[in-house]
Amino acid sequence: MIHFEGATVLFPREGAEPLAAVRDLDLHVAPGETVCLVGPSGCGKTTSLRLVNRLVRPTAGRVLVDGRDVAEADPVRLRRGIGYVIQSGGLFPHLTVAANVGLLCRLEGWDTARTAERVDELLELVHLPPSEFGARYPAELSGGQRQRVGVARALALDPQLLLMDEPFGALDPLTRDSLQREFLELSERVEKTILIVSHDMDEAFLLGDRVALLAEGRLAQVGTLEQFRDAPASEQVRTFLESHFHGR
Amino acid sequence: MAGRSAALALAGALLASPAAAQDVVVGSKNFTESRILGEMLTLLVEEAGLTVEHRSGLGGTMVCFDALRTGEIDLYPDYTGTGWATVLKEPEKITDPLRAFLHVQARYRELYDLDWRMPLGLENTYALALRSDLAEELGVATISDLVPHAADLSAGFSIEFMNRADGWAGLRPHYGLALGDVKSMEHGLAYEAVAGGSVDLVDAYSTDGKLLRYDLTVLEDDRAFFPPYHAAPVVRRALLREHPELGPVLDRLAFRISNRRMMELNHRVEVEGAGFREVAAGFLRSEGLLGSSPVADEDRGARGEDGLVAFLLGRWRETLRLLGQHVRLTLLAVVLATVVAVPLGVAITRSRLAERVSLGAAGVVQTVPSLALLAFLIAVPGLGLSTRSAVLALTLYAVLPILRNTFTGIRDVDPELIDAARGLGLTPVQVLLRVQLPLATGTILAGVRIATVLTIGFATLAAFIGAGGLGEPIVTGLYLNDTRLILAGALPAAVLALLADRLLGVVERAVTPRGLRRPG
Repeated sequence: MIHFEGATVLFPREGAEPLAAVRDLDLHVAPGETVCLVGPSGCGKTTSLRLVNRLVRPTAGRVLVDGRDVAEADPVRLRRGIGYVIQSGGLFPHLTVAANVGLLCRLEGWDTARTAERVDELLELVHLPPSEFGARYPAELSGGQRQRVGVARALALDPQLLLMDEPFGALDPLTRDSLQREFLELSERVEKTILIVSHDMDEAFLLGDRVALLAEGRLAQVGTLEQFRDAPASEQVRTFLESHFHGR
Repeated sequence: MAGRSAALALAGALLASPAAAQDVVVGSKNFTESRILGEMLTLLVEEAGLTVEHRSGLGGTMVCFDALRTGEIDLYPDYTGTGWATVLKEPEKITDPLRAFLHVQARYRELYDLDWRMPLGLENTYALALRSDLAEELGVATISDLVPHAADLSAGFSIEFMNRADGWAGLRPHYGLALGDVKSMEHGLAYEAVAGGSVDLVDAYSTDGKLLRYDLTVLEDDRAFFPPYHAAPVVRRALLREHPELGPVLDRLAFRISNRRMMELNHRVEVEGAGFREVAAGFLRSEGLLGSSPVADEDRGARGEDGLVAFLLGRWRETLRLLGQHVRLTLLAVVLATVVAVPLGVAITRSRLAERVSLGAAGVVQTVPSLALLAFLIAVPGLGLSTRSAVLALTLYAVLPILRNTFTGIRDVDPELIDAARGLGLTPVQVLLRVQLPLATGTILAGVRIATVLTIGFATLAAFIGAGGLGEPIVTGLYLNDTRLILAGALPAAVLALLADRLLGVVERAVTPRGLRRPG
């Protein structure tokens, strides 16, 4: 579904060498799989995610979605086929919950009735009764509710691929816990390919079928919990696991 | 597009000035004497059977002169010394009145195709006037007499007098006059200051009716500093070629008005409250220059001894008419400024250079004194002394607050929201229309609100170029020293500004989506 092939991103800096946010990344995400990009801040995980929907362009290498180089795709068409969820939801504060969720449907030219039906369906899916929440504004929601609306909005056009950038990062521990559970339940029901960014190893192994550990822009190791445990790729990975992963 | 063309059509319809149907347009400067002389010339032209319009009380010399040169007006009364020093900028000092007249007449013909007709008789030169009680006490009759007492005296000089080479700047070294305290103030206020005793000495015109009203003694210019300022009509020679009969008509006033006579006429208007047209007609009739047909006078009844409230109520129709003009000027300027500034404000968020240039330029315009901007615009061909110039000047001032607020409003939209919008697959235009503009609406409207309130204030200056509005009674009131007349313009303007502010506040709240409103 997603292929990173030697993807490299250099950010120019004034009076210094360009900053290599991502270096020579090779990674394959299979259809239906959930892969979690994890690592300390500044490791290039968000930049890697943004390569997929072309919010960032690679300096070298390429990224394929469904076998097609994203550099050659029309960015608007490409992005409408990819769900995008960011930390704290990124909801538009001037639009109601229903208008946020239905925005893309309207832009695609759907009529009001069809949009309303889809919005209700999506709100039900994320456990927000439409009659109660549809007419509310983002400012009238809790953090967890906003995040659910963000997920509902990303699923509006039924994309096969979902990108989530630290979706649970800004939530309190209890809300985060319940949302993580809901996510697992949801990801089984909707059968999407999901690339998710996290800075938390516990969360990464909980949510991802596989985990890709990044450090200083490089892929340090990719694999399941067992593979990390039994065969850490390097001393660096082992140390990182010990200090950040508390197990379950 | 439909909205934009509708706005342009609206602007066009409102800006279209009525076709100049008159044969002759007479102008006059914004002080009593010039307006009386303008009325006299108007009445004479009318008496000769031509249709005529009097654009009374236009700004200063440069406003009238530029208007004459561009053909916005055909003639106006001016003074030889003004032509010599202010227009021709002759470096040489002149004291011979005949030489001065012949010189400006020849140079005006040569340079501007304008003609000076026969002098009217009066000489309105600068003079220094001292409180009569002080003049008596100190035994001062001439400017030279003043020199030994100068350090103890305080003066209130008009801004024009302070800055002219043939005013204070030259007078001081000429007489070696070191005054204790020199303030620059509006001329009408200077007289009030003399009456109140806070200044002793003012600059005055030698024909000023106020010299009779306030107890002032004109000091003799014993060392011949002030240049001759004889009044005469200045007229476009093109008009004289078109209407050859007009030259002799204008010359009928030659040497008819003495200084004393002029002072009395000024006094009739300024102190006794008679109308300009009435006074002018009375003079012409007494000289046998005008038939006995009654002359309508719109100024009549505007003054008297009523209390302020009765006075304001008594002129409500006039106030309503001026208010209408004022609202029209303001509305046009704010609509035009919005049409220009909002797209520009959006555009410059894309380029640092464009941002600096645009905000810088709009800021510079803001620092140009408003009268200077008006004077500059009326010299532009096609603008001239029209509502167009006034609206353009007001528009230029209104652009900055709207431009700055649009820019700030768009720029301050949370980058995370723009990122989300792009990531969801909104096109750049959709990001602008669906996210950035709605989120910036409150800030943009606040800019429009500020611009509107500012414009209502600035629009009072439109009266200086004859574009009407509530500035008309303010300008006239300043020159007539009539506080009630000033208030008749200032009060409605202030009320209008307050109402506009409240109304736009309500609009601002109404269009702000519920999700963005601050609680409470």
